[in-house]
Amino acid sequence: MEAVALRVGRRALNGALNFYAGLALLYLLVPLAIILLFSFNDTRSRFNFIWNGFTLRHWEDPFAFPDLTDALVVSIQIGLLTTLIATALGTLMALALVRYQFRGRAPTNLFIFIPLATPEVVLGASLLSLFISIGFARGFVSILIAHVMFSVSFVVVTVRSRLIGFDRSIEEAAQDLGATGLQTFFRVTLPLIAPAVLAAALLTFALSLDDFVITNFNAGSTVTYPLYIWGAARVSIPPQVNVLAAMIFLFTLAMMLLTVWQQRRAEQLAQIRPEPEG
Amino acid sequence: MSRTRRSLVPYALLAPGMLWLAIFFAIPLYYMAEISLKEGTLETGYQLTWHFQTYVDAIKNYDSQLMRSFQYAGLATLISLAIAFPLAYAIAFRGGRYKTALLLMVILPFFTTYLVRTLSWQTILDDSGLVVDALKAVGLLADDGRLLATTNAVVAGITYNFLPFMILPVYAALERIDPRMLEAAYDLYAKRRDVITRVVVPAAAPGIVAGVLLTFIPAAGDFVNAELLGTPQQSMIGTVIQSRYLEITDYPTAAALSFILMLIILVLVLVYARFVGTESLTGAEEAR
Repeated sequence: MEAVALRVGRRALNGALNFYAGLALLYLLVPLAIILLFSFNDTRSRFNFIWNGFTLRHWEDPFAFPDLTDALVVSIQIGLLTTLIATALGTLMALALVRYQFRGRAPTNLFIFIPLATPEVVLGASLLSLFISIGFARGFVSILIAHVMFSVSFVVVTVRSRLIGFDRSIEEAAQDLGATGLQTFFRVTLPLIAPAVLAAALLTFALSLDDFVITNFNAGSTVTYPLYIWGAARVSIPPQVNVLAAMIFLFTLAMMLLTVWQQRRAEQLAQIRPEPEG
Repeated sequence: MSRTRRSLVPYALLAPGMLWLAIFFAIPLYYMAEISLKEGTLETGYQLTWHFQTYVDAIKNYDSQLMRSFQYAGLATLISLAIAFPLAYAIAFRGGRYKTALLLMVILPFFTTYLVRTLSWQTILDDSGLVVDALKAVGLLADDGRLLATTNAVVAGITYNFLPFMILPVYAALERIDPRMLEAAYDLYAKRRDVITRVVVPAAAPGIVAGVLLTFIPAAGDFVNAELLGTPQQSMIGTVIQSRYLEITDYPTAAALSFILMLIILVLVLVYARFVGTESLTGAEEAR
């Protein structure tokens, strides 16, 4: 009897846990569904808060607002450049931190960690202080500088976590066979850590495209996609904001699935080892 | 390669990134410190007068925003933990082959812009929206009650925006627990509560530490949720820094407030670190 009661109690608890977890996921996902839904809203006012019926007209004309489109183009340009620079800098740093024992490694780890533990307002405000003090004009370049600054640490953390526990015997084999350091890096190391670098690049692009607070401090009169939305939030929000958000969402999702798939494949390949003879 | 040249390799790899962080992260802090001690206006220019009074005045004038920021951030962190722990536990131990898909759902919100996500909460909590109507119908909300422009809305928004930062590290820590350990505990007639408090929570501790920091720090500096979902009654310290810097051009006060915010966070992190150990803070221990 007691055992049955215990089992029933356990099952009820499991059910409660699954239900709670389901609610938590719902909390995470409902706003996304709302964004998607309201991209089809037949809006009547300057704002897009009340459902007025279904229409496809915003999807048929996603670039109806040139200011919004221009802002998105600027964001994508900055995002791509940031990704290129930050991923390169961060990957090299992660390699140094995982692969080498050297004086000053612990303080270096700490120094890279501090920007992650600093609120965005402070990062933005202090960078603006530098630009004001030295009279550096705010615009595209200052935004790019800011984005690389806050992304580098994320790249280091991402790549570092994947480099740890990484099998070095293949690299040693390459060097034993006479490959130089650079050859080994480009022909062996880089392809092997490619999934981690790709994941870091994707994260950087997403962070850059998304950043509002730090950009707001250092943009001057340049308008990025989040800055456009911030300005629009007080005046009027065209549903095209939702359409473009949905497009970015679907694109990022596709890229993400591709990376996951690629990583799985890389892991499978890494498991293939020549059978020991005999 | 000679021994000395080889020993320089890590420094060469680090140099470009460290230089970027030094010039655009560390040195700006120096300039911000200098600005915070200056006096003047944008028209007359600013002179360095070592005016520490700015700090005193800033705390006096904006104490309510400071207090509110840490209250909201603390509340949002606690709620996040309450939501994240069971969810992470369910994914780690009951996820089965759907683990990856469930984790993907957790990070899906990051695939849309932060501001659009927050605006979506405006839609959800709108005075003539479904949620308000439903709550009024069942009598949980007075007829003239609102959800938008309240403290609850701001805290809910902050919680929502930083929740994945709590779920992911907690999940990563729970993932490392060997399920056989839990079975062993049950086989030894441990009660469920004891298994949770003596096995699961200690193993999850590093993840909880990381999650608390990753949620609390950005939440304390946030002003987007307060601005979009609240009223001036809910304005946080980030709101003040932002408007002092960009709208009123009262640079010294804004700079001083940035340092005060950073300092309070630093003190809180150090106090917290005394309890949990610094190694788990920087994640440096993995690199050993």
